[in-house]
Amino acid sequence: MSMARDRVKILIVVVALAAVALIVPHTTSFIILLATRALAFSILVMSLDLLLGFTGLASLGQAAYLGVGAYLTAILAARYQVGLGYDFWLVIVFGMLGAAALAALFGLLATRATGVYFLMITLALGQCVWGLAYRWNSLTGGDNGINLQHRPKFGIDLANPVTFFYVVFGFFAVSLLVLYVIVRSPFGRSLVGIREREPRMKILGYNTWLHKYIAFIIAGAFGGLSGVLWAHTAGIVSPENVVLTTSVDALLMAVLGGAGTLVGGVIGAGVVLFIREYLSTVVHWWQYVLGGVYVLVILYLPGGLMSIPGRVRQWRGAAEFGSRTELGGSSALRVGVVKQRE
Amino acid sequence: MTSKIERRAGLLTAVCFAVAMGAMPAAAQEELRIGFIAPMTGPFAQVGKDMNDGLNMYMEEVNGNFGGTKVKIIVEDSQAKPDTAVTKAKKLILEDHVQMFIGGVLASEGYALAPVSTAEKTVYVSSIAAADDLTQRQLGNYPYFIRTGWTSSQPHQPLGQWACDQGYKKIIAVAADYAFGYEVVGGFQKVFEDCGGKIVQKIWPPLGTKDFGPYIPTFKSDADAVFSLMVGPMPLQFPKQVRASGWTKPIIGGGTSYDESVLPFMSDEAIGDVSALQYSAGLQTPRNEAFVKAYRAKYGKVPSYFSESNYTTAMMIDMVMKQTKGAWPGPEAFIAKMLTLKVDAPRGPVSFDDMRNPIQDIYIKKVEKTKMFGYDKDELWNVVIKTYPAVSQFWTYGKDAFLKQPVYSRDFPPCKNCE
Amino acid sequence: MARAAGAKISRDTLSIQSLPTWAKLKAKASRGKGTEAVDARFWLIQAFNGISYGALLFLVGSGLSLIFGVMRIVNLSHGSYFLLGGYVALSVIWATGSWLLAIPVAAVTVALIGLVMERVFLRPLGFDPLRQVLLTVGFAFLFQQAALDIWTGNPFDINPPAVLTQTIVVGGLHLPLYRIFMIGVALFIGLTLWLVMEKTRLGATIRATVDDAQMARGVGIDTSYISMLIFALGAFLAALGGVIGGAFLGVYPGLDFEMLPIAFAVVIIGGMGSLGGAAIGALIVGLADNFGKALFPEISYFTLYAPMALILAVKPTGLFGRE
Repeated sequence: MSMARDRVKILIVVVALAAVALIVPHTTSFIILLATRALAFSILVMSLDLLLGFTGLASLGQAAYLGVGAYLTAILAARYQVGLGYDFWLVIVFGMLGAAALAALFGLLATRATGVYFLMITLALGQCVWGLAYRWNSLTGGDNGINLQHRPKFGIDLANPVTFFYVVFGFFAVSLLVLYVIVRSPFGRSLVGIREREPRMKILGYNTWLHKYIAFIIAGAFGGLSGVLWAHTAGIVSPENVVLTTSVDALLMAVLGGAGTLVGGVIGAGVVLFIREYLSTVVHWWQYVLGGVYVLVILYLPGGLMSIPGRVRQWRGAAEFGSRTELGGSSALRVGVVKQRE
Repeated sequence: MTSKIERRAGLLTAVCFAVAMGAMPAAAQEELRIGFIAPMTGPFAQVGKDMNDGLNMYMEEVNGNFGGTKVKIIVEDSQAKPDTAVTKAKKLILEDHVQMFIGGVLASEGYALAPVSTAEKTVYVSSIAAADDLTQRQLGNYPYFIRTGWTSSQPHQPLGQWACDQGYKKIIAVAADYAFGYEVVGGFQKVFEDCGGKIVQKIWPPLGTKDFGPYIPTFKSDADAVFSLMVGPMPLQFPKQVRASGWTKPIIGGGTSYDESVLPFMSDEAIGDVSALQYSAGLQTPRNEAFVKAYRAKYGKVPSYFSESNYTTAMMIDMVMKQTKGAWPGPEAFIAKMLTLKVDAPRGPVSFDDMRNPIQDIYIKKVEKTKMFGYDKDELWNVVIKTYPAVSQFWTYGKDAFLKQPVYSRDFPPCKNCE
Repeated sequence: MARAAGAKISRDTLSIQSLPTWAKLKAKASRGKGTEAVDARFWLIQAFNGISYGALLFLVGSGLSLIFGVMRIVNLSHGSYFLLGGYVALSVIWATGSWLLAIPVAAVTVALIGLVMERVFLRPLGFDPLRQVLLTVGFAFLFQQAALDIWTGNPFDINPPAVLTQTIVVGGLHLPLYRIFMIGVALFIGLTLWLVMEKTRLGATIRATVDDAQMARGVGIDTSYISMLIFALGAFLAALGGVIGGAFLGVYPGLDFEMLPIAFAVVIIGGMGSLGGAAIGALIVGLADNFGKALFPEISYFTLYAPMALILAVKPTGLFGRE
């Protein structure tokens, strides 16, 4: 039963993605730009979802890994002219490795903590990275940031917005696929087990710390990938990219879209970027819309936007067979079974 | 089946959305469309508002008409983030088809927006973003960029000369720890030391510091004065805390330490402090008096240089459009014409150097509690005590000599007399 | 042609040569008159500054610590309460001219806002810490925009009565009276809280809830009422901090998110749920921040976060936390 449901879900996702890939290039340049930004950033959000939705660890420092990837790309491109040709692919690899290395370092400190303490320590570590980006003028350009004047050219010219959109889309699709394979693998299943009942997993003999640590590194690597793409999308890298609010954004996008769904990441990113960068050009009270959307989703849609189909189905009475677990996939944010009423 | 319906609904929505976006009408060619990028939300929102108010005041004076052509201003919120500023600039260019865009506040925004102007061949007029190098060593990268505001070091070079002339020999520099702070201190230090003075200490509190407790006790007691560069909420606290610590010697400020965006909110401990900028609301000329009175009547507060700069920028664009009888001459010709302007602005006479930066009067101003322009209350004003006329971004150094030295940074000029 | 990043050719990494060593500092300090006296004065003043800053942080951090202790919520809108306290106080001062009146009015107003938020928004979520945390973030954004719309973005300063702006001179040390006042307020509040916690029945109920909420319920304690009370108290304390701090830090947009990490540093170092821990944490953060910036200005940005990360890495519940 649930296998068929999964197949349907996968089909929907594939079709939706195909629709995006086909339609967006025929819209205006601005829409293409927004879509590209959303896709690049959503890789970061998906990496966070691996931690949040599957391992049960909420991190407030994920932007640090985007920073590593972005700054590496910018420094190589602006100072050494590396990464602007076929060596772009090399930079992708370096970006992911660099971010993974940082995650390996930070993970040693962070993964011993859980829950709120994990939140705080990742916040502190992320702020350290920000401090470095800000103060290490000779490397990072300080608060001026680093400009990337050109996009890479290797047979295809990424300066063309449509071409670049397809490249970013490709990376997004591949990331989604890889992450999906990971969460479906035995390793991924153990992560969910750790999220649900860590003591039990330990009793069963799993090295839960190692699992969390590896998940942390994988998330870091994908954060780095997001950073490399982000550097070329925005054309400028500055300490703003690693500031606390960027990490908060990623967390909110993950929750908005639906933690534990992976694809929720791109939906959340799309919605937030749409409000922040498109709606803000139309009305000036867009901040209230953004804040209001967060609050309403958290209150009434614990599974995020991705849980809407499930909710609709349930509301239609199709859930007589009572599978609570079908509520959009995320049980990390399940409403407490015992509602405290007064 | 529900899933099919969901799928179709999703597809339909996506298609409708895309079509709606793509079907935006191409803008009419007759009017002049100007994009305005400033922070409208977030910690710098008031700066953005002041900038916008200054611009709007001019627009209303001319009824939204430059040289016979209707002008449309499209305001976009940059949130003071370079990424967002770039996105908004691209939106203005690609969707709204603006002929030029004004704005950017922080240096990082300036550095982010300038390449956009080059890539999209659209004029970028920076009315506030003061990063030195945009009109110095980097100018070649940005042929469509012109600045109507200032460079960070421009007012502080003459201030260094003034400090030397006052007889100060040793000065402590306390400045916000970011590029703007470095450039301001750099300009001051270069001239002050070339004149024979010594900067004996450089302290860099992080941007946004409000508690100067850690730094004030480290002040060298044999210095003659403190030179401070404070930005945002910092200027409100620094003079108070310095005076409360028992420091009685003079405090000299950079342009933003006492400008009108903070002065009305300061108290009497700021009285007597001197600073330098290309504008003071207390400048007693008929042109400025009219400007200040009109602005204050309209917006309820005294104009700051943020307002004046954008007002004057609008005026300059108008002057160019009058020359072309309202027809848009294309970006290159527009810039060429703007560079030939000689403007009588509220800040005084303004012209341009060949690096597309203004040449203007720099005012050394002192905070005094007095009645100004016929207002009946004693208030804090920046009263002008000395004017250095027609100051360029290079001061007296000559362009080539100046450009040979590196851009002012945390380490340049080096602090030879520190410690 | 790609240009050099930011066009900065400086060589200033976290360079060691610009770190003032103890020797250099002593030499600097003794360039004035009277060598040992100046040295001692420098340390005393810095300690005093650090303690007064810590006093303010205690006000902000104690509320946060209690909220976490009782409700297990990380209240990310705590900074907003701090800022709103300052803004409401400003409005009261503009309307009535009385700084003294502004203090309780601002604190109570924000406490009420906290109360509403807890009852209407947090309570329905049940026991779901992550969602509650995220909800408080959403509210932080809403508060920020509302504050901008109501009070504009101008940077304000709260002006206390003139008598508090004096500086007294004790043994050659200039001690601003306002800093002494801040220490006084923190001591008074700390003492009051301690007395309530230790000596009253209400305090006992609160402590019971912090220790073991389930047990407390089992014994018949109305934990949801306690939660509401504590949340309101936390908001009250934060707003009090905002009013007192307003004369010291200013009141301006962005202050909310600036105070937040610092408040968390206090609570983390001191341990969540512990009032005494909050006091010690505040003291440590105030002193470390002060001395760190004075002695090692190069690493100003890390004086707060590096210790925080290290403490958490070693003892995840904070120095005095219990779990």
